[in-house]
Amino acid sequence: MRAQPGEYFLQGNEACVEGAIVAGVRFFAGYPITPSTEIAEGLARRLTGTDGIFLQMEDEIACISAVIGASWGGAKSMTATSGPGFSLMQEAIGYAAMSETPIVIVNVMRGGPSTGQPTRASQGDVMQTKWGSHGDYQVIAFAPASVQEMFDLTVEAFNYAEKYRVPAFLLSDAEVGHMRGPLTIPDKIRIVNRKEKGVKRSDEAYDISDELVHPFPVFGRGNKTMITGMTHAEDSRIEPEDPGIHQELVKRLSEKVLVNRKDINKWDVMCPGSKTMVVSYGAASLGAMEVAAQDDRIGLLRLKTIWPFPEEPVAEIASQCDRMLVCEMNLGQLYGDIKRVALEAGCRKVELLSKIGGDPPTPNEVRHKLREMGAI
Amino acid sequence: MELFDFYRKDRWPHVFCPGCGNGTVMNCFYRAFNDLGLSLDRTAFVGGIGCSSRIPLYINSDALHTTHGRAIAFATGLKLASPELKVVVFTGDGDLGAIGGNHFINGCRRNLDMTVICINNNIYGMTGGQASITTPHDFMSTTTPSGNKEYPFDLAEIAVAAGANYVARWTTRQVHELTKSIKTALQKKGFAFVEIVSQCPINFGRRNKMADPTQLLDWFKESSVRRDKARAAAVDHVDLNLAGQITVGEFVDRNRESYQELIGVVKHG
Repeated sequence: MRAQPGEYFLQGNEACVEGAIVAGVRFFAGYPITPSTEIAEGLARRLTGTDGIFLQMEDEIACISAVIGASWGGAKSMTATSGPGFSLMQEAIGYAAMSETPIVIVNVMRGGPSTGQPTRASQGDVMQTKWGSHGDYQVIAFAPASVQEMFDLTVEAFNYAEKYRVPAFLLSDAEVGHMRGPLTIPDKIRIVNRKEKGVKRSDEAYDISDELVHPFPVFGRGNKTMITGMTHAEDSRIEPEDPGIHQELVKRLSEKVLVNRKDINKWDVMCPGSKTMVVSYGAASLGAMEVAAQDDRIGLLRLKTIWPFPEEPVAEIASQCDRMLVCEMNLGQLYGDIKRVALEAGCRKVELLSKIGGDPPTPNEVRHKLREMGAI
Repeated sequence: MELFDFYRKDRWPHVFCPGCGNGTVMNCFYRAFNDLGLSLDRTAFVGGIGCSSRIPLYINSDALHTTHGRAIAFATGLKLASPELKVVVFTGDGDLGAIGGNHFINGCRRNLDMTVICINNNIYGMTGGQASITTPHDFMSTTTPSGNKEYPFDLAEIAVAAGANYVARWTTRQVHELTKSIKTALQKKGFAFVEIVSQCPINFGRRNKMADPTQLLDWFKESSVRRDKARAAAVDHVDLNLAGQITVGEFVDRNRESYQELIGVVKHG
């Protein structure tokens, strides 16, 4: 049963669990891994004894495979993991993209590569989320920066996975996943359910054309559906040798996400119109939030959606400022895209504050960098 | 139900080579399914990657053609999300025993309601004849040019040890026994596993002086020993399979609680 509307004080990972329940998760498969384990533990408690299923499996490949299988059985499905488990899941993420299976993957990022820093925060998997599986495809990824957003954006990850039939990601990190803070669960929460083949509803998912996002044929309803990761025609006939069918399919997989960027992209702006704007997301934005709140020369564009890349908000903000500082907890993974868009939009200078090792950049470190840039 | 109501005629010609054992298994499966009066609309078929894993795509039902080795994991999610569906997995020796070995073992252990049909042709057929985990010792393949140095897995014995409720092995030579075992497997609660040692004349037989499928079938006949008659010593050496003898028969038929029973979701498809 979903948590009652009201005020709570929870851990980020716990808020994610509550968000998943509110969104309607009916299947979760997981494997223990720091720093995401609380999500599996929480859903084990919350799903056992309900009509939902919690399953601990033999490895992360099994988890994501079962999650995709459960989605074809009609269940809203999800898994949660961190770096090493996320790497294991990549092949099946490509399968979900190719077979257009709505699933939610929570990655509570930790320091990598390899086993790295299991207990420390990082944003090292930003590019892997976008490009981790082989081939061309688009995904949807949200980056929460608070306990509240762990809840809100988990719900959104389900909504957008269902609406566009894509794997959607909650790209959190050890800092946000483990922080404790206030959570407000409102009375009304927007919930989107997938457009089902042969079912007519006045749901948001039905607003998208059937050509772009095909109605979902749930198994066991007499649809005689063939689902495959191979190149297939619209009637799911396997056609791995036909260049035209491959082009049409793979281009549509990207287009259905890219042409709907306006619908998917979410962001927050503090002090718009400042000559200097910090651009950041997730835990990396915490220090900059404090700086922007205290210093009216400094603004902040905080990205909540990071994939598809939010070209329009970055370009708009960049066209109104002189300088941008990109703040990330990796060696500059989103920096390249932000710089490209910002310079094209007329911003003169785009610099990077990169910090790895586990701690988010402090307000003082942000100020120091801004001073170096001559912004304050 | 006629054969071509069961199989999708519009998807033919199929990808299988002349002389392949998949056709025999498909025929036996159709007979078992039809004799039981099961409904295609209430059954989902799941396959991994490989020749045998393509079979679900030829059946006139819901089919999930998945990634290499993970069919049982996909089937686990599907079955738990829609417990009223009967779930059948088609897989091969490489898909099930090599890349998917972990899911196979844990699938048997979990004992979820599903039927797993493994067509073991002792070779990677689709990729052109590389040694697999069931290629007999000393046999030739494209990746064992001086003979296979390793010894094969015994998939049926693994399933027994890991906890499956029903385990049987036959070859494509014993079609009546095979059909009967598939029937039993389809009605069984919990994890039911049927291994079929099958011929791949193109990519296995050809390199092992048995290019004619009938040579392979004759060899299956000569090598098959009923499990109840097999020497007790059979489990004491690892070269259980083709090089010596093929132990065939029902390996186990028991009624451990299925996963669905254990978690209280008892709707047998």
